[in-house]
Amino acid sequence: MGLETAFGHSYLTTRLDEAVNWARKYSLFNYPFVTACCGMEFMATFASTYDIARFGAEYPRFSPRQADVLFVVGTVNEKLAPVLKRVYDQMCEPKWVVSFGVCATSGGFYDNYATVQGIDKIIPVDIYIPGCPPRPEAVLDALIKLQEKIAKESVLDRKYR
Amino acid sequence: MNSYLLDALRAKFPDDLLETHAFRGDETAVIRKEALLKAAAFLRDGLGFDFLMDLTAADYLPRDPRFELVCHFYSSAHNYRLRLKCPVYADDAVVASLTQLWPGANWFEREVYDMFGIKFDGHPDLRRILMYDGFEGHPLRKDYPLKKRQPRIPHRD
Repeated sequence: MGLETAFGHSYLTTRLDEAVNWARKYSLFNYPFVTACCGMEFMATFASTYDIARFGAEYPRFSPRQADVLFVVGTVNEKLAPVLKRVYDQMCEPKWVVSFGVCATSGGFYDNYATVQGIDKIIPVDIYIPGCPPRPEAVLDALIKLQEKIAKESVLDRKYR
Repeated sequence: MNSYLLDALRAKFPDDLLETHAFRGDETAVIRKEALLKAAAFLRDGLGFDFLMDLTAADYLPRDPRFELVCHFYSSAHNYRLRLKCPVYADDAVVASLTQLWPGANWFEREVYDMFGIKFDGHPDLRRILMYDGFEGHPLRKDYPLKKRQPRIPHRD
C-alpha cells in the first residue's frame, strides 16, 4: 500500500467509543425477516441501482447468530410473533432492529384478529421506516439514521434490553 | 331466463332447489343443505363439473338461517361455471363434506371450519388450518369481537 512509509512508526489516539462505533456502523450484517410484499422493495435496495453496499450493509446473514441488524420486512401476525421473538433473542449483542414499512411498524391497515399492531409489541425497535412499501431511498435514509444512532452509543452503556 | 344447467338441476331436484338466479351468465342455485351431497354428485357425474374451484361461507347475522355455504364449480370439458349455495342454520351448523367427491375440498372445508365454525360431516381430518392451536372462537363470524386479540406470547407494555 505504501501507507506505512507515510506514517512510519507513529500511532493514533482516539476514544474507544469512536473506534468501535466506526467499525460497527460500517459493517452491519443484517438478518432479513421478510414476510410480505415489502420484500420486493428490500431486494431493490440491495440491488445495484441503489446499492446498499455503499453503506457497508450489503451482507445478509441467514442465521440470526451472525447478524447485527434485524430487518422486519412486512406484516407480522400473532401466529408468527413467537418466531420473531425467538429470532431476536438468538441475535448476539450489540443488535439493532429496523421496522420496515407500515405493517411492521403499526399493523398498517390490517387492524384485525390476526395482525400484531406493530412489532414493538414483541421486540424493541430502533428505526421505523414508513411507506407501503417504502421506497429504497427511504430505506437508505433509515440506514444512515441507524448509523448516526450507533455513532452516539457507548460501549459501556449497552446492556441487555 | 332459461339456463340449461339450472333447468337440469330443477328437473332433478324439484323439491330441494330453493331458488335459482342467473345474472349475465353467472348462474347460481340455492339448495337445501340435506341435498348438497346428492346435488354435487349430480353436478360432477351428470353435468361434467370436474373441478371444485372454491368452497367458502358467509355469515348473515342476524338472519335465520345465519350462514350460507358457497361452492363454485367449473367444468373443464364444457367451460361451464356454476355456483351452488346452501343455507345453514346456526343451531345445526353441520354440512356434508364434499371430500369424497373432490379431494380438494379438504382444505377449503378446514378453512370454513376454522373461520366460521361450520362442521363437515365425513371430513377425514377436520382441524383448524389458519389459526394457531389454542385460538378460541371463529374470527370471521360477525359476532367475533372486532378488537379481540389472542396473542401467543405476552405483548410488551
